[in-house]
Amino acid sequence: MNLLFKIVRRNILRNRRRSIMTGSAVAAGSLALLLFGGFTRYIFAGLETGNVQRNGHLTVFHSGYFLFGEGNPAAYGIPDYRGIMRLIREDPVLSPMINVLTPTQSVLGIAGNFSGTVDASKTFLGEGVVPSDRNRMLAWDPYHTRDVSVPDGRMADSEQNVGLLGFGMARVLGLCGPLRLQDCPSAPDTPVARDDLTAAVNTEVLDLANRDTADHMGAMPGRPQIQLLAATADGAPNVVSLTVAGVERQGVRELDDNYVIMDLPLAQQLVYGRGDHKVTGIVLQLRRTSDMPAARARLATLIEQHRLPLEIRDFAELNPFYGQVVRLFSGIFLFIALVMGMIVLFAVVNTMTMNVMERTNEIGTTRALGVRRRGIRQQFLMEGMLIGAIGAVIGSILAIALSLAVNHAGLTWVPPGNANPIPLRVDVLGEPGLIIGAWVGLVLVATLAALLPANRAARLSVVDALRHV
Amino acid sequence: MNPQFSSSNVVRLSGVSKTYRVGATDVKALDGISLSIPSNRFSIVIGASGSGKTTLLNLLGCIDAPTGGAVEVCGENVTALSDDTLADFRARNIGFIFQNFSLVPVLTAYENVEYPLMLLGMTASTRRLRAMAMLEAVGLVERAHRFPNELSGGQKQRVAIARALVKRPTLVLADEPTANLDSATGASIIALMRHIQAELKTTFIFASHDAQLIAHADEIFSIRDGALLEHRVGTKP
Repeated sequence: MNLLFKIVRRNILRNRRRSIMTGSAVAAGSLALLLFGGFTRYIFAGLETGNVQRNGHLTVFHSGYFLFGEGNPAAYGIPDYRGIMRLIREDPVLSPMINVLTPTQSVLGIAGNFSGTVDASKTFLGEGVVPSDRNRMLAWDPYHTRDVSVPDGRMADSEQNVGLLGFGMARVLGLCGPLRLQDCPSAPDTPVARDDLTAAVNTEVLDLANRDTADHMGAMPGRPQIQLLAATADGAPNVVSLTVAGVERQGVRELDDNYVIMDLPLAQQLVYGRGDHKVTGIVLQLRRTSDMPAARARLATLIEQHRLPLEIRDFAELNPFYGQVVRLFSGIFLFIALVMGMIVLFAVVNTMTMNVMERTNEIGTTRALGVRRRGIRQQFLMEGMLIGAIGAVIGSILAIALSLAVNHAGLTWVPPGNANPIPLRVDVLGEPGLIIGAWVGLVLVATLAALLPANRAARLSVVDALRHV
Repeated sequence: MNPQFSSSNVVRLSGVSKTYRVGATDVKALDGISLSIPSNRFSIVIGASGSGKTTLLNLLGCIDAPTGGAVEVCGENVTALSDDTLADFRARNIGFIFQNFSLVPVLTAYENVEYPLMLLGMTASTRRLRAMAMLEAVGLVERAHRFPNELSGGQKQRVAIARALVKRPTLVLADEPTANLDSATGASIIALMRHIQAELKTTFIFASHDAQLIAHADEIFSIRDGALLEHRVGTKP
């Protein structure tokens, strides 16, 4: 074995230029796979982080909400949500896995700014949250993507009727000026055409909104107010005032133009009025995504044991875009892997075929000395494997060095679905599975590529091989 | 020609023929050859180019199979053996010396000599002892760690002789071993082989035109057109 390895090693060095070219092809394959793989992993981590920061890992809904509830959130509220949250929080299996457990209320309606200078209204997609829970959720970043939206304190549990708008929503409602937003064009200076009826309705809406929210607080100085109109669970129209603390850009324009986030009591008041306050969902953000299957299974058991009319959805189900991006990049990665595999395959087949041709006489000699066909096959297979292994190691080292250079270059990019640029990173060093997988894959391809010439060498007739010049 | 069969025969051929197919034509390289060679002989097969000398040596070396007849080497009918068994048989019993030396170019002289012992699964210490002793016997201890491309033709052939004999085979086959050497080097190589043969009691069978070699032979087999023409005892026993 020792001598066999010596022969293999020296033959690789003997055809130095050819071995370098073949090893370079393997190294290039390894480099491409690891860099793209590392970039892909970072995209996946970024997407997962973004989704989990906003939606948590798992959400418990009223049965049927996922398919039918978004059109009428009020009808699919969870009544005793505090009891269910207590049940989840106190469960010995779930408790250690949970980072944040928080209720949310979705609401659809019309948002309007009837401040006098602007008369603008627009449909909105709103979400009522517990601000402190939301801030803790936004800090979730186990992959160190540095995509953490630092809690800005614009919303606090102590302040009610306060919320944030999507940047587009703020623009449409004419709040660029009052919110002092940069790169936010104000509406053209067109005279507000107000007939008596419109003016009366606007005044009534304002009165209603102020009446319903007067118990909590009035307008805050320096902060504009808007009115939110929605149908309650009973079907009656309801209106509340929301003090706009700022904007939060959303990555998708449709969402950015419609998004309103508010504190949970306000959303509940808008949807349920003075009736029993429910929530649309109970969000579980876990410490680790790897716990998700176990957490989901345990939740399902609890729901079944207590015969609760609830269903569980994970963040990928709630946001199909996540799955689409993962599948797209996985497909591209597979395609690159196949192309690189083919390049390595042909390079090694070519090199090993030439080696067999050049060493035909040597093969005849060693066969005459008593080496079995298997021994000849082993020799050339080992040669292909060693070239593949050395090339893949060099490629891995280069990929790690390049990834570190990219990660320290301070580059940024805006990933799909994001509104703000984030650091451009290539996670190679942090993905030992990817490095090992690429190395094993390339060595396997190189070895398999050597199989054909190795078999040809092993099948050579000893007499013909000895006659070969 | 009546072969003298005896239990001490190292080689015995009975009606051996070998036909090659070249395109659509069958070419008869050997035609019903029967002969036997006892142990401890320095034998030579002579004949013109294309007479079948090398084919005969290939059959005796178990690296080719006859199309007819039986080949017995070291008491074993080798015509019926599988490829792997033949490889093991060669590793144990037969040493080869080639016209073009055929050393493994990436191995040193020492490693080339050690190679056949590795195939026999010997321990490192035994291999070292035997290989160095053999290199000493051929006068190449000082060049043990040189690669073949750093050796002269004569030195390469000495390494090849050491490689063939290091495992102490029953039979050594040498195809034109002096053809690529000048006459002085050839003479020294012949003397070396003769000396080692006498010492180790190994049977040598050569295929050659070399008059010096013929002069040293115990017995001479002359073949023409694939048939055994003459078998005579050499002039220098």
